[in-house]
Amino acid sequence: MITDLRGTSLREDDIRSGKVLTTNWHGKIDFAWDAGIAIGQFLHGLKAGKLLGRKCHQCQRVMIPPRMFCERCFRRSDEWVELKDTGRVNTFSVSYVNWDASRRQTPQVPAVIEIDGASPGMGIMHLLGEVGDNVKEVLGRVTVGTPVQAVWKPPEQRQGSITDILYFRPLGNPGTSTRGR
Amino acid sequence: MNGKVAVVGAGFTPLRPLSPEVSFRELIFEAAVRAYQDAGITHQQIDSVVGVAEDFREGTCIFDEYTPDQLGAVQKPVQTVAGDGLQGLATAWMILQAGAAEIVVLEGHSKASNILHPAHIEAMALDPTYVRPHGWNPIFVAGLEMRRYLHQSGNTAAQAARVSVKNKRNALRNPIAAYSAEISVEQALASRPVAEPLTELQVAAPADGAFVFVIAHEKVLPRLKGQPVFVDGIGWTSDTCNLPTRDWARAVYAEKAAQRAYQMAGIRNPSDELDFAEVDDTYAYKELQHLEALGLAPAGQAGKLLEQGVFEREGKFPVNVSGGSLGCGHLHDASPLRGLLEAILQLRGQAGQRQLPKARRGLVCSWRGVPTATGAVVILSGRC
Amino acid sequence: MPKVAILGAGMTKFMRRSLETGRELCWEAASAALREADMTLDQIECVVMATAPDAFDGVHMKGEYLLDGAGAKGKPYTRVYVGGGSGVFAVIAGWWHVASGAFRNCLVVAEEKMSPTQPHPQGAFNAIYDQFLERPLGVNLLWIFALEMHRYMLTYGIKLETIAGVAVKNKRNAKDHPASQVAGDFTIQQVVEAEVMAYPVTRLMVSPVTDGAVAMVLAGEEQAKKRAGKQVWVEGVGWNLDTSYWTNRDLAYPQYVENAARMAYKMAGITKPREQIHIVEPYDPFAYKELHHLEGLQLADKGQAPKLLEQGFWDRDTTTGIPSSPSGGLLGVGNPIAAAGLAKAAEIYWQLKGEAGPRQIKRQAKRGVAQAWGDLMQVGTVVVLGI
Repeated sequence: MITDLRGTSLREDDIRSGKVLTTNWHGKIDFAWDAGIAIGQFLHGLKAGKLLGRKCHQCQRVMIPPRMFCERCFRRSDEWVELKDTGRVNTFSVSYVNWDASRRQTPQVPAVIEIDGASPGMGIMHLLGEVGDNVKEVLGRVTVGTPVQAVWKPPEQRQGSITDILYFRPLGNPGTSTRGR
Repeated sequence: MNGKVAVVGAGFTPLRPLSPEVSFRELIFEAAVRAYQDAGITHQQIDSVVGVAEDFREGTCIFDEYTPDQLGAVQKPVQTVAGDGLQGLATAWMILQAGAAEIVVLEGHSKASNILHPAHIEAMALDPTYVRPHGWNPIFVAGLEMRRYLHQSGNTAAQAARVSVKNKRNALRNPIAAYSAEISVEQALASRPVAEPLTELQVAAPADGAFVFVIAHEKVLPRLKGQPVFVDGIGWTSDTCNLPTRDWARAVYAEKAAQRAYQMAGIRNPSDELDFAEVDDTYAYKELQHLEALGLAPAGQAGKLLEQGVFEREGKFPVNVSGGSLGCGHLHDASPLRGLLEAILQLRGQAGQRQLPKARRGLVCSWRGVPTATGAVVILSGRC
Repeated sequence: MPKVAILGAGMTKFMRRSLETGRELCWEAASAALREADMTLDQIECVVMATAPDAFDGVHMKGEYLLDGAGAKGKPYTRVYVGGGSGVFAVIAGWWHVASGAFRNCLVVAEEKMSPTQPHPQGAFNAIYDQFLERPLGVNLLWIFALEMHRYMLTYGIKLETIAGVAVKNKRNAKDHPASQVAGDFTIQQVVEAEVMAYPVTRLMVSPVTDGAVAMVLAGEEQAKKRAGKQVWVEGVGWNLDTSYWTNRDLAYPQYVENAARMAYKMAGITKPREQIHIVEPYDPFAYKELHHLEGLQLADKGQAPKLLEQGFWDRDTTTGIPSSPSGGLLGVGNPIAAAGLAKAAEIYWQLKGEAGPRQIKRQAKRGVAQAWGDLMQVGTVVVLGI
């Protein structure tokens, strides 16, 4: 192995002080993706305060996120199924980091939630709420299998987006359901 | 080489400027269903998949992630090649020749309509230090190349414009074409200047669509029902995309790719030994430049031969009978798959209104677009 | 199947931010590999490039931009792209370029320049998630790793302290690697008590952002046989991609790594991996991933890799176990995404040849495995090398 390796390491200061020059570029990297049939319908469902799944009659799976084709059977999926807006936690985390690597004061609690009414293991990613403000509190309140319920935005604020659900909170938490249609 | 490789199934969707009713997944699924039907395979018989895609055209980081499901290829050896459709074909070909698979699926698609600022995306391919800071629409590269090419080759702007006329007219007979039209050379020349001497009607407009092919090693052909089209030769070459150091007149990448493909196919005189060609025409002048690079026209003569009707659908050597990108739509890296489809249909005798009376061996030539100097050539024949 | 050998490998330092552009990094690595292989560029017949998200370098069609530095001008050149799996996948692609009979040799280059992305390279990963149902949640890269790590821990009852042992091991191993960026001596306690990024991931359990490049020369039997001494051969290759619907999968076990491993082992004639594999470089972007992958590679039963770690089974100087990440891995040397995978394959190559210097493992190794992973906890790429 050749051990005298090449490469010149820079420090933040080299750039800040202008010792090393940089070029910068900011472009308009914007997209308007066609949601298509399955996701289009799913987003409509969210606006109406529902979680929709698709069933494949061959393998009998009820799938969420819904898809017009069953990827296992390679055939068109067969019917829409209205699922519950409750589920069970499959896994979760307590995140103190933003997308740009900056720190957060209060953490976010992302989770994979297996949705009731869909086949076992059929989860979606979302956030948990009302579970505490730090790791210790969250670990005390949530584990694998914790039943949770969606907390929805009021109907007039929904846009047909995954964020029409604000978060999922543990079932049995005090507070009224905000599902209302 | 270890025996031949053949395309045994072809599936596609019509090409349209917009496709809002379907997601990219649903688009590809439609093409895949057709392809597997055509080949007579079930999805379980797929050994491996090669998809071609570029992240910034999809708006997704690591687009490879989103490839297997709609192809029915979950938990299989699936990969993405960040290259064009013919480089994808070359990859499938090598995998089959190496014995790592017997049936490989090739997929390419375009959802160009979903890109809101295409020039910004394409500008990201320009060198960040030396070129991008100018802030020019990257199509300027094609304008520069066209001017130099015409100057050096002696072909004229009118001859280049005639390519648009031919291809858009050919596309009238292609049910999947997005931009078929009857136009004149004068109209093409007078259309809005984009990057002079390039005018709007000489630039292929973007379209959405999907292509899926089933490719197999010849030893498994007896099991399959699709009509095989054989890969006789394939070559691909990348030249520098560095603007300051490139050849501005010749498509050297196409010359080299063709050399390799011809050698493999045992072709010495392409115009005699081939019957037709599908050649990249992202910009009208590129068709002329590519024809000369491929040896299908002597240097500086492509325009004249075009005027004489040689490359027309009813001419001696039809080029872009499908309508090319100018007639069908530009699908970026999936564009050559439209050419591949046409070659397959012609060689099978399934090209309907476009069927050429003589179609035993054909060529498809690709180019990855500005600012690249990358392209590939494949020679296909209808029988072993 | 035709035999394919590795004639040489080379790499740059792994750095947080390099002065060198992506092209220059490619050039340094490619020249070093050619030098070690005792070859010149004009002898190279084709080039394979592996580089992961274009978003890092901020260059669309990044493969085209890099090709000059990779020696590919005027040559058949393809860029293969399976996310983080690309580095090991590059060896596989190089393999089929030669094994197909199309070329007699292949230069494989893997590069990553993550530093240009502003405000932080981590942000480039946001777009790996589904644009309809996931990105609007304000996602970040750490979420998916933390979710998987937590699932793995809770499924098998694995303690944070145990997983921390991987970071300790690899950062220590990396002290002997000339390229290393984040090597050092750490205690389990330091790793566990480091800043929480996304529980259960702490700062010392994550590999860093890195610029770097690695290259390798592969050749067919004809060329390899002319070399003196024993050659290292590519004995098996495997790759496998799972569904993009990752929230429908059980993240506790990487089935796709198992599938890729089985494909590679079958080709290599390996029926008893734990006996027939003597050294392993599993992809370790996060501490728990190494254990996760060792199980997928069939080198430990499900949920058992952590116990073996505690017993010293994966230590570099073990004589009864299987040394894992003797290089120091991504956690110790650095993680220029695609290049990191190729660095792992290169480590196996150097180890089998006995050229790993102070990192040389104690036990005799005739066969080793390099594995990389990528996409949405989705792709496994595996190569088996033997001497």
